[in-house]
Amino acid sequence: MAKVTMTVNGRQVSGHCDDRTLLVQFIRENLGLTGTHVGCDTSQCGACVIHMDGKSVKSCSILAAQADGSTITTIEGLAADGELHPVQAAFKANHGLQCGFCTPGMVMTAVDMIRRHQGQLDEATVRAELEGNICRCTGYHNIVKAILAAAAEMSGARVAAE
Amino acid sequence: MNVMQPIDRIRGGVHEKERHESGHKHVSGTAEYIDDIPEPQGTLHGYLGLSQRAHAEILSIDFEAVSSSEGVIGVLTAADIPGENDISPAHKHDEPIFVTDKVEFHGQPIFAVVATSREAARRAAAKVKIEYRDLPHVTDVLEAAAANYPLVIDPLKLERGDIEAGFAKAKNILEGEMRIGGQDHFYLEGQISFAIPGEDDEVLVYSSTQHPSETQHMVATVLGVPSNAVTVNVRRMGGGFGGKETQANIFAAVAAVAAKKYRCPVKVRPDRDDDMSATGKRHDFHVDYKLGFDDEGRIEAVDAVFSARCGYSADLSGPVTDRALFHADNCYFYPNVRLRSRPLKTNTVSNTAFRGFGGPQGMVGGERMIEEIAYAVGKDPLEIRKLNFYGGEGRNLTPYHQTVEDNIIGRIIEELETSADYAKRREAVIAFNRENNVVKRGIALTPVKFGISFTKTEYNQAGALVHVYTDGSIHLNHGGTEMGQGLYTKVAQVVADEFQVDLDRIKVTATTTGKVPNTSATAASSGSDLNGMAAANAAQQIKARLVKFAAERWNVSETDVAFEPNTVRIGVDRLSFNEFIKIAYGARIQLSAAGFYKTPKIHWNRAEGRGRPFFYYAYGASCSEVSVDTLTGEYQVDRTDILHDVGRSLNPALDLGQVEGAFIQGMGWLTTEELWWDAKGRLRTHAPSTYKIPLASDRPRVFNTRLAEWSVNREETIRRSKAVGEPPFMLGISVLEALSMAAASVAEYRIAPRLDAPATPERVLMAIERLRAAARQKG
Repeated sequence: MAKVTMTVNGRQVSGHCDDRTLLVQFIRENLGLTGTHVGCDTSQCGACVIHMDGKSVKSCSILAAQADGSTITTIEGLAADGELHPVQAAFKANHGLQCGFCTPGMVMTAVDMIRRHQGQLDEATVRAELEGNICRCTGYHNIVKAILAAAAEMSGARVAAE
Repeated sequence: MNVMQPIDRIRGGVHEKERHESGHKHVSGTAEYIDDIPEPQGTLHGYLGLSQRAHAEILSIDFEAVSSSEGVIGVLTAADIPGENDISPAHKHDEPIFVTDKVEFHGQPIFAVVATSREAARRAAAKVKIEYRDLPHVTDVLEAAAANYPLVIDPLKLERGDIEAGFAKAKNILEGEMRIGGQDHFYLEGQISFAIPGEDDEVLVYSSTQHPSETQHMVATVLGVPSNAVTVNVRRMGGGFGGKETQANIFAAVAAVAAKKYRCPVKVRPDRDDDMSATGKRHDFHVDYKLGFDDEGRIEAVDAVFSARCGYSADLSGPVTDRALFHADNCYFYPNVRLRSRPLKTNTVSNTAFRGFGGPQGMVGGERMIEEIAYAVGKDPLEIRKLNFYGGEGRNLTPYHQTVEDNIIGRIIEELETSADYAKRREAVIAFNRENNVVKRGIALTPVKFGISFTKTEYNQAGALVHVYTDGSIHLNHGGTEMGQGLYTKVAQVVADEFQVDLDRIKVTATTTGKVPNTSATAASSGSDLNGMAAANAAQQIKARLVKFAAERWNVSETDVAFEPNTVRIGVDRLSFNEFIKIAYGARIQLSAAGFYKTPKIHWNRAEGRGRPFFYYAYGASCSEVSVDTLTGEYQVDRTDILHDVGRSLNPALDLGQVEGAFIQGMGWLTTEELWWDAKGRLRTHAPSTYKIPLASDRPRVFNTRLAEWSVNREETIRRSKAVGEPPFMLGISVLEALSMAAASVAEYRIAPRLDAPATPERVLMAIERLRAAARQKG
């Protein structure tokens, strides 16, 4: 058994779990944050992407014990004060979802992608960077559109703020 | 009396580009899937124990290590099933939940472990010791035929004209064969069921199922209780694609049996690898064809046999192989034709429904025949397509004797040819190929005609339940299930339009057998056609009562009562909808109705191979251009243009999304998605690490998708729309044909490339090598 303590969506949490407990299990089962999904069980599909210390990671490929002391953001923690994050809003506005199961992972990957590229994204980059996230419904068209729209909006907002 | 000015129109009515009703929940992680439902204290978890042999007698099973494993509550075998140990949807009694003495495929369920956690159940299941005596097994469809394996269900024959006379008349006769691979659904949310025991014989099952009524009936049969004791609920699925039409049943049944036995809630969710090994997929096909045609390329006679790898049981293989035959003509008139199905048993998982339901395999076979003719007469395959389209005197009868009455393929093709600049680009491709030795290009423009309706006539019915509450808010429930396609949104738009209230006044509630009974699977693209009509019918019943009431109360004629945007106009008065509803309630008007719909005009006699199985057809076309590296067989899709017919779209944004997604899924089926069984009969492509569905980077570099906005369904469907789920899947065929052309270029387009599907880089490379060798031989 391991005792883990971490900050999840701004809240300090701790709990006991098996050494082999995956972070995704800890998030879903111990914390009840079920917006993070398990799709393929094998670290390929990206439905379980969360942010650990600001970087996107597949929470099915990391142990809860490894996340001890870290700061975690899940899809539930993205919206601030009831306002959707610009990436969330863009996925909704651009029909970047169908069954919705991959959506939380897609959104979390997109937020990190936009951050790393400082909003300067082109279509080829988005497509290449999305290779770790599988969607079976949309054909990715509207997902890519949503990410580009969000990146444009966020970098526009940043330019305006500067 | 309030006098309100009406606004122009409601928000979110039909034909609007309304967003998915759960969109805000999906992006914020609050949309609840079955695995997200809070588990009551004491919830147990079931895990299936699967066969490790493809075909074998079970000599003994030792559960000692399983039972003593940590957290295990018990083991379920066939002996624990109170009712029937069978979930055959074809009612053939060939599909046990747990086998007893003989396994028929690698991955077949033998038992289930119930434990305090999913992890404990899964670990325990792996500890079983089973002694097998191996029997000879067959996984391949041709090997099954050679080994005289039986058919899983009666085959179908479609015949029209005089096949012998057709071949006698034909100047050219050609024979060939083709293999078409299967496909795993890879719904992102895997199979899952969660059963909660109730009083007496009752049980409530949350199941990720496209067919709640069948799941209900199966659970009842397995428990040995009447259907009224079982309620099946599903709010949404994380994808279905046909993979949860019958394949959800076993998980629901096992969860229900365990829940009743242990009197605890029980959840069953297989691991992805087990999900892919133990549940059915798209059927692989082998097509044997003989063609007669004239020197122009006009078809005189077609004789083809479609053999399918059905797996160990019938499941839906009958209607799937039937639908393959129904679509082997695609858009083409065959003057003399004989099409036969051969649904063969194999020692593989029982294949099942998958978007298109056999139709895509039939259509790929039909397009291969067109390609054969094109290379034989030395013409652009598109010319051969146009030459053989339905249309003109005496050229509208399908092989199943239904007359094509709504043919718009000519216009679709013409518009796409122009917008995609097909002719000029084909010339450019040929010129490019002359100049380049390593990279070769190909381009193809292919049509789609897809028949809409369940071929089993009785499935073409639907129900809906609409309540208007006294505050004017509306509760909508119908028999269709939501799996991402936007059905809930579309049906709500229909009801909003009927009552002329804003869409946000309507709440669509989870599909449940307790509200709308005896529903059909949400399948065959029929969801909005059937449920939209049933919901409209329910709304119309309530409206009729309200109109009658208003006419009496206000002393006006019924024609002077009208539902206008968020208001009701009664003579010269105008009331808000809410206010009017309150008054109607006060007058004791019933504000709830159960709606019903059955598709008119359709009939089908399978024994005679005649009838009108389809209410109408949906059409579309796509044009794809590819580049192939002839040294490695690797390729990329450079551009795809699509024009697709959805009639008068109920929601153009959702429909466009369906078309884009279907195309990519169809392209995946025909290119990278390869199912592979080893010599022991094990599926080796049972995870996304080895089974390659398209990624964001695989999509065409340029991708232009349009709906045929001028199209109106000539039949009286819901607001003259057309079904959209399956037809665009077959737009992916243009990619296969474009790859085929690129391969053909190495032999100067003189030899039919006969590229089988999926056209993996390996298969493309082999086709290129074969064509080069043949060209050298030909000189």
